[in-house]
Amino acid sequence: MLEAEVLEERIRDGLGEVSHLVIRDLTGTKDHWDALVVSAAFAGKTPIEQHQMVYAALGELMAGPVHALALKTYTPESWAKLEG
Amino acid sequence: MEDTLRDRIQGIIEGDDVVLFMKGNKHFPQCGFSATVVEVLRRSGSEFQDVNVLEDPAIRQGIKEFSNWPTIPQLYVRGKFVGGCDIIREMYEKGELDAVLSAKES
Repeated sequence: MLEAEVLEERIRDGLGEVSHLVIRDLTGTKDHWDALVVSAAFAGKTPIEQHQMVYAALGELMAGPVHALALKTYTPESWAKLEG
Repeated sequence: MEDTLRDRIQGIIEGDDVVLFMKGNKHFPQCGFSATVVEVLRRSGSEFQDVNVLEDPAIRQGIKEFSNWPTIPQLYVRGKFVGGCDIIREMYEKGELDAVLSAKES
């Protein structure tokens, strides 16, 4: 059984700098998640590349334990604009 | 990934302007994420070829390696990977998707 903390740790380790991270278990079954990730590491990357970075951080977890992961990725700048 | 499988996938994405690898087909999506992309494409008025990965385990696995993208659905426009469900939905909401889809007219 996967815990949100495991996903969080993987994403933080994989991306290096994460300024904001929210992970939600959508179904209560710990296999359908959504994640909001704000990281300076996304700067200059396309949305496809940003999502690939998160998938890479999760590695083998994407091939089984994580059945679904809805992703929203932002740079600190784009996140601030959205919040503002 | 084997060359034969890579060639097969290449052939599929080059076979039509807009190709959606999905779970189920465009009439009966079998996953909420796939259904979302079908709906978005329908609203955009775009013709597209659907590829049901549930009917082809080799494609289901192969397409993930092909674009270094571990999830289904995957949308390709004129041979280029455009994104998965979240990215397509976001492009649609920002009004960017039509430009990507309709560029085929030029």
